[in-house]
Amino acid sequence: MKDPKSKNATPGKQGGLNAEIQSRIGHQLRAMYDDVVRQGVPDRFAELIRKLDASDASPQMGAAGEKNDGRD
Amino acid sequence: MPLTDELRDDILASVPSLRAFAISLSGNGDRADDLVQETLLRALANIDSFQPGSNLPAWLFTILRNLFRSDYRKRRREVEDADGSYAKTLKTQPAQGAHLEFEEFRAALEKLPQDQREALILVGASGFSYEDAAAICGCAVGTIKSRVNRARSKLSALLYVDGAEDFGPDETVRAVIGGSGG
Repeated sequence: MKDPKSKNATPGKQGGLNAEIQSRIGHQLRAMYDDVVRQGVPDRFAELIRKLDASDASPQMGAAGEKNDGRD
Repeated sequence: MPLTDELRDDILASVPSLRAFAISLSGNGDRADDLVQETLLRALANIDSFQPGSNLPAWLFTILRNLFRSDYRKRRREVEDADGSYAKTLKTQPAQGAHLEFEEFRAALEKLPQDQREALILVGASGFSYEDAAAICGCAVGTIKSRVNRARSKLSALLYVDGAEDFGPDETVRAVIGGSGG
């Protein structure tokens, strides 16, 4: 592949590409992508982060991190 | 910065788009989820190097993209998605007529060179600015722009060889234009 000259980056005219096709491509691309995005966060990942979180910082007790010096 | 609850939530909130990016790149749902998992592990292991206030999605996408790149070099061609496993990863199958079109689009997308495909996805689907996309791909902004342009040209050649006559410049298209905020 030829190295692109960065000056070519924004052609004033899209050689033969018309706006209809462009927007259609954009629409399909987003439709495909958003289909996956809408699936949300699979449990596997939520769990993974929870586990890592727990092993990284000590388990979630005393979220405020206050030390009580054993004074009771 | 340390992993705060907020940061952890933000990372989780990025998972859906990380998956979409991974699937678009790899064309394979299982592999995409492995990539996402690997990305999360890396991100959490290197969370100290994340600059608070900087663009978290861009940081995560960069990790994923680099992982995919190094992985891709290893595997090269064994990832063809001939049996449409990509479509199977989708919960909501498009309706009949749209389905064919969708398959064609996916197939065309996979014919794009790697560089162009990722640039197009980052800008056209993930919604990153050219600047962010350039940072993610480690190249100049102008390079991203030209890759996106070439990707679009190639897609339109693959999908709409016969030109725009197939669909008039009216209803559907107008609706689409109206809905795309650049």
